[in-house]
Amino acid sequence: MTDPTIATQQADAGGAYVTALEHAEPTTGQPGRPGKPRSLWSDAWRDLRRRPLFIIAVVVILFLTVVALFPQWFTSVDPNHRDLTRSRQPPSGDAWFGYDVQGQDIYARVVYGTRWSLLVGVAGSLLTVLIGGTIGLLAGYFGGWLDGLLSRVGEVFSGLPFVLGGIVILNAFRSTGVDSALALVGMVVLALALLTWPISMRIIRSAAISAKQQDYVKAARALGASPWRIIFRHMLPNCLAPVLVYATILLGSFIAIEATLSFLGIGLRDPAVSWGVMISDSRNYIRVAPHLLLFPAGILTLTVLAFVMLGDAVRDALDPKLR
Amino acid sequence: MAVQSMSGTGDLGEGTGVVPDAPLLEVEDLFVEFHTRDGVAKVLNGVSYHVDAGETLAVLGESGSGKSVTAQAIMGILDVPPAVVRSGAIRFRGEDLLKVSDGRRTELRGQGLAMVFQDALSALNPVFTVGFQIEEQLRVRLGMSRKDARKRAVELLDLVRIPNAARRVRQYPHEFSGGMRQRAMIAMSLALDPELLIADEPTTALDVTVQAQIMDLLKELQVERKMGLILITHDLGVVAEVADRIAVMYAGKIVEHADAVSLYRNPGHPYTAALLESLPRLDLKGTELKTIRGLPPSLLAIPPGCPFHPRCPMAEDRCRTEVPGDHRLGLGRTSKCHFAEELVGRV
Amino acid sequence: MSETVSERAATEPAPGEAILEVRDLVKHFPVRVGVLFKHVIGQVRAVDGVSFELRRGETLGVVGESGCGKSTLAQVLMRLEPPTSGTALYKGRDMFAMRGAELRKLRRSIQIVLQDPYTSLNPRMTVGDIVGEPFDIHPEVAPKGERRAKVRELLDVVGLNPEHINRYPHQFSGGQRQRIGIARALALRPEIIICDEPVSALDVSIQAQVMNLLGDLQSEFGLSYVFIAHDLSVVRHLSDRVAVMYLGKIVEIGTEDEIYSHPTHPYTQALLSAVPVADPTVRGQRQVIRLEGDVPSPVDPPSGCRFRTRCWKAQDVCAEEVPELVTRVAGHPSACHFAEERSVVP
Repeated sequence: MTDPTIATQQADAGGAYVTALEHAEPTTGQPGRPGKPRSLWSDAWRDLRRRPLFIIAVVVILFLTVVALFPQWFTSVDPNHRDLTRSRQPPSGDAWFGYDVQGQDIYARVVYGTRWSLLVGVAGSLLTVLIGGTIGLLAGYFGGWLDGLLSRVGEVFSGLPFVLGGIVILNAFRSTGVDSALALVGMVVLALALLTWPISMRIIRSAAISAKQQDYVKAARALGASPWRIIFRHMLPNCLAPVLVYATILLGSFIAIEATLSFLGIGLRDPAVSWGVMISDSRNYIRVAPHLLLFPAGILTLTVLAFVMLGDAVRDALDPKLR
Repeated sequence: MAVQSMSGTGDLGEGTGVVPDAPLLEVEDLFVEFHTRDGVAKVLNGVSYHVDAGETLAVLGESGSGKSVTAQAIMGILDVPPAVVRSGAIRFRGEDLLKVSDGRRTELRGQGLAMVFQDALSALNPVFTVGFQIEEQLRVRLGMSRKDARKRAVELLDLVRIPNAARRVRQYPHEFSGGMRQRAMIAMSLALDPELLIADEPTTALDVTVQAQIMDLLKELQVERKMGLILITHDLGVVAEVADRIAVMYAGKIVEHADAVSLYRNPGHPYTAALLESLPRLDLKGTELKTIRGLPPSLLAIPPGCPFHPRCPMAEDRCRTEVPGDHRLGLGRTSKCHFAEELVGRV
Repeated sequence: MSETVSERAATEPAPGEAILEVRDLVKHFPVRVGVLFKHVIGQVRAVDGVSFELRRGETLGVVGESGCGKSTLAQVLMRLEPPTSGTALYKGRDMFAMRGAELRKLRRSIQIVLQDPYTSLNPRMTVGDIVGEPFDIHPEVAPKGERRAKVRELLDVVGLNPEHINRYPHQFSGGQRQRIGIARALALRPEIIICDEPVSALDVSIQAQVMNLLGDLQSEFGLSYVFIAHDLSVVRHLSDRVAVMYLGKIVEIGTEDEIYSHPTHPYTQALLSAVPVADPTVRGQRQVIRLEGDVPSPVDPPSGCRFRTRCWKAQDVCAEEVPELVTRVAGHPSACHFAEERSVVP
């Protein structure tokens, strides 16, 4: 297009119809008191506080966090107490979400499962994005043989079949004889991150390569900016958007994948409860007792939705053009 | 030349709304809006112009003036939405293109009107050979055999002076240099022998020496085939070299319309005058360039009255409130300025 | 900046003295193929033996068509790309040998204004952060407390509203963005600014504003410009001296008047004559030299004189012998065996 009409309009949007070059009026809709320095992050924060979706997402996530930290505040029932006489009983006043196959209170299990599911999802996706992002930024910025090496390593990891890789890694750790639930979760998180980081690395790497070729990076180098400054000030904020979206999707799938690992006997196990395990356990009874699936899956969906909304809001807030 | 022997015009007229002695193309009072996230952008606000066969009309304007949008509306390639054609007419030989069926549009595209784009690299499909892309139209639209189409494609490349056309026809766009690609684009647009060619900044992406070659070529082809040519550009130099008539656009309006010689010698609108004065010159080293203060208006909020008034050195109170109409200045010239007569009389 | 003023006084070349001397600068980019084990199959000879000097306070225009190496020249002079060979002396010291503190000081002295106002500013930084970044990188130039004021002052100098310090680049038009880029380049009070096509992405009416600004800043701050552009009129308007490049080499260099009114190299003559003139009355009356074909690939440039494949004067000697850039006629250097003056600008 030779005539970037739309771009021009958007560029001028919010402006008066003509901006005299000499000291034009500050235009409408900009509550900018110019005396106060602002930056991308402070502007993003100001913007986020005004977004209802962000606020809803944060409230849900905070609530889940409280549930995860203090499950005993929300239920007095032991999630591992079994009473086979109540097997697959539908929801009632006693047990809001009903009972599972082994007669355990589903509500209590959902509450106690929050801790481990959330931990697996959040820690897993954070670690994945952190590893992948760091490696991707380094590969994208430095290029050359380092990029070649890191990309090949990434390909080796992404070539591993997920389940097989999970079995190998988790069994290797298992033999060291850790037993506490936290250590168990840690191992699962580590295994998930080790097997999925190449994808986020590729996302960041390609975003970093395109950001690096932009003239503003050239200008910063011409000013003598250090590689770290270029990576963190210039490239990172411009590479974040795609990986934020990816991370929120990852979060949900990690909670579900954890169930696969548990099913194989290498994931979380008693006494740790997780949503994934509950969903996985319900699979044979969906027609006879749908509540077995409905409640843990519903809570999982809500959680993922909250994080997706959070990710979207943060991504939009970090793009000045969308504010 | 072989190309001329097969005229596309014969099979265009019959049984359609074509009026015999109407101008080749007539745009009348065209209003187009873009519905954007930030509001309604009034991109075209009553654009009228016409081109006759064998004539070159230059549409001159800066980015955002609406010159390309008009061309896209004529070709029927506006993205709708966000674009909405509010009112107006685009008549090709008297037939309103805004009212015809999609089928008729497709029929006219290529044979009636064709377009050359600025960026030939992205206008050509990188995965097909240049020859294939020319032949495709010939085979689909004219029902030519593979062999005839190939022969014709070579002739067309030859016509736009691509050396070794027989070999080049089998090459991919990336194997062509920038100038060659633009030539191939022109060959492609000429394949169906259009009566009107719209060239949207055809040389902006090219170097001066190549630009000169391409403009020569366009001019020659136009004269040879008596085509109408609409040249859309921001380059006052290119316009001066080829245009018969010039329409100057600003904020979605044609602010001045004149023959080339009068416009350069004696501009009838302050915007045209200011543009000409702000050009750095090749023949002498200047000191300070005259500038137009401020910026072109946002199309979301076009100033009331004359859209140019905030930047105009002649602006008076009435310019802020009263929208200037077309002032006729003789010789078919018009200007949308309250002081057009004074400006021209000023010589 | 009182400390730099006194410091400068000692090493300061007087006006008219060379502040930058480039000798036999060469930049070749290897053409590699292969995924894992790359091997070099050729060299793009982007800049191939360029010499010139830039004097204090002057503007040296560099013109040429795309692919002539003018932008690569800018990158090498900015030390964004290492040179393949050759030297560039900044105030007598080889700038390609500079490291550490000396290199940081060089960065303060030579700055760049880039072509595309849309990609040259980080879209996620405020104007204040963009123009203030030079001070973050070189904190010795301005104490932290003063930076904000300095940024506002810079915005004012380039004709922008200092109140807009908290805005983002997308809120500005192309011309205003270019002003922001100029403010950033000015922040460290450089002595040399390399302008790489600074106005070619702008509309005519905005182009004139930015060119005037560059002119004003030069006289105000005593800057030296290397002004790279493809538009010959723009270059003439701002330049004191002009170098014409073709396929990695300077083919002709001289004062603005020598190049435009007394060109001796056939390429310069063809280039000048191809520029359309904004006057319909001279249509068809000007003598126009039409060159055939396109610029050859810099991977495999023609032997001898690189322009010979498109030159109407070419003879056998042109294919065999590389013409040196020496003064032959008309009092300025020209790299043509058959240099002769011919006026082509009306």
